[in-house]
Amino acid sequence: MVRTYLLLAWTWLRASAQYPIPMITMALGSFVLNGLDVAAIWVIFEHTDALGGFGLAEVMFLYGAAGVSFALADMLFGNVDRLSQHIRAGTFDAVLIRPASAFVQMTTDRFGVHRFGRMAQAAVVLGIALPQLDLEWGRAWMIPVMIVCGLVIFTSIFTLGGALQFLLTDAPEVANAFTYGGSTLTQYPLTVYGGDLVKAVTFIVPLAFVNWQPGLYVLDRDDPFGLPHWLRFAAPAAALILALAAALAWRAGIRRYRSTGS
Amino acid sequence: MPRRHPEEAAFPPRARFPSRPRPPARTRPPRRSGLLSRTRLPLYARIARYGFRRHSAYRAAALAGAFTNTVFGILRAYVLIALWQARPGLAGYDVADAVTFCFLSQAFIGPMQLFGGGLQLAERVRGGDIAVDLARPASLQAWNLADDLGRAAYLLLLRSVPPTLVGAALFGVVFPADPAVWGFFAVSFLLGVIVSFGWRYLVALSSFWIVDDRGTQSLSLVLMMFFSGMVLPLNLFPGWLGALAQSLPWAAMVQIPADVYLGKRDVPQALALQLLWAAALLALGALATRAARRKVVVQGG
Repeated sequence: MVRTYLLLAWTWLRASAQYPIPMITMALGSFVLNGLDVAAIWVIFEHTDALGGFGLAEVMFLYGAAGVSFALADMLFGNVDRLSQHIRAGTFDAVLIRPASAFVQMTTDRFGVHRFGRMAQAAVVLGIALPQLDLEWGRAWMIPVMIVCGLVIFTSIFTLGGALQFLLTDAPEVANAFTYGGSTLTQYPLTVYGGDLVKAVTFIVPLAFVNWQPGLYVLDRDDPFGLPHWLRFAAPAAALILALAAALAWRAGIRRYRSTGS
Repeated sequence: MPRRHPEEAAFPPRARFPSRPRPPARTRPPRRSGLLSRTRLPLYARIARYGFRRHSAYRAAALAGAFTNTVFGILRAYVLIALWQARPGLAGYDVADAVTFCFLSQAFIGPMQLFGGGLQLAERVRGGDIAVDLARPASLQAWNLADDLGRAAYLLLLRSVPPTLVGAALFGVVFPADPAVWGFFAVSFLLGVIVSFGWRYLVALSSFWIVDDRGTQSLSLVLMMFFSGMVLPLNLFPGWLGALAQSLPWAAMVQIPADVYLGKRDVPQALALQLLWAAALLALGALATRAARRKVVVQGG
């Protein structure tokens, strides 16, 4: 499975390298476009010292950690959101009869180097934010854990969004509200949002475990919403449960799939 | 953020336009009554109507877009509320103004096509269909403008109204009481769509010179997102950056119409700036179309 993935991704990379100028401008564009979010945070902090009770370095840390998770998920598995295009064009039939997993084929579809742009941008932000935090290094072990858990959570959401497109073939953009919306949500400390929304992203769509709950541990902060302390170690469990749900949904979607016949 | 509007990539465009204006009197079918009957409308009005109808085929996609725009509107509104609670009265807005700005900017995404695209021009250049377009006895630019206005009118109904209503229900948005403001806003909105077209047309024309336009598209996206006021209201930008951003063409797409709606801007000056950019971009587009006519190489056979 991993070998197939690498082979297909490498093939698509070589294909996209045939047009080097668009490839480079797209990578740059992606880097700068995501940099705009940082610019927005910077502009906000030109006008205030704290947003939702968190300072600039802390917000940048939360942003960077979620950003790296999301960029990894988007780069490795995000192409699954092109599923509805394949269903409509009838090319998903060809995917199903090939001797490789449909999921692997979909996620490597048009794998392009431009996706490194987002990744690089988030990593730079995290790299700049971390030294300014004055962290207790005994707590730093959580940072790689939260990035991996975030990767699993975002990948699961991408997969759920892909599975949803078996149902909503004509309205794939609904999935964007959860995938890219999830990325936007986790860019800011959750104290910015209302209490109901925070409960929803803790217990229903576990976005709070991407960077918020583990981040509270890293920053050694009390939970402003008064949720139990053990939740900040619950990210791996939340990621596993969501991944299981996503796998089941994907299987159900594939079973339900009927060709357009064209 | 969503990268491309789904319908462009998913439905390879095949315009269903009649190839030329109808032939004169004798062969003309019996005249039908009604304002929109096809025989009475001039060519470009008819194309605008077809643009409207073609997009109405993708209702589910438009509603999905409205849903996504609404979700993003809610998330962004919370961030702006947090900022304005920390700094009441910042940049001349109060909290209600900031929330209104947020939902208006989400409402503009569809009609102004703020993520780029919307025109099928680039794809038609790549595919060679552009040869047919250039052979038509009509201006390529005016044809595309008419089609784009039809698209914008449809998306205004389906993608602009729902986010605004949800925003009003959840957070409360400002509704101007003065009918004159609504009139000015309508004009400003229309000019915004035309400026947006002028810009996107230039970007799409670049595919005459660079066959793969994805790179230009992504650079255009950066400029449009940041300098229109989509990411943050431009009046928050510090110093010279703010002054510069307010006078660039992208401001005419979000910031100026929203300010006209909120009554935060001198109306004649705002409309004049939009008009200026609309004229400048359309003139540039006309020049570029001329150059493209000489440059065009139709691929394939």
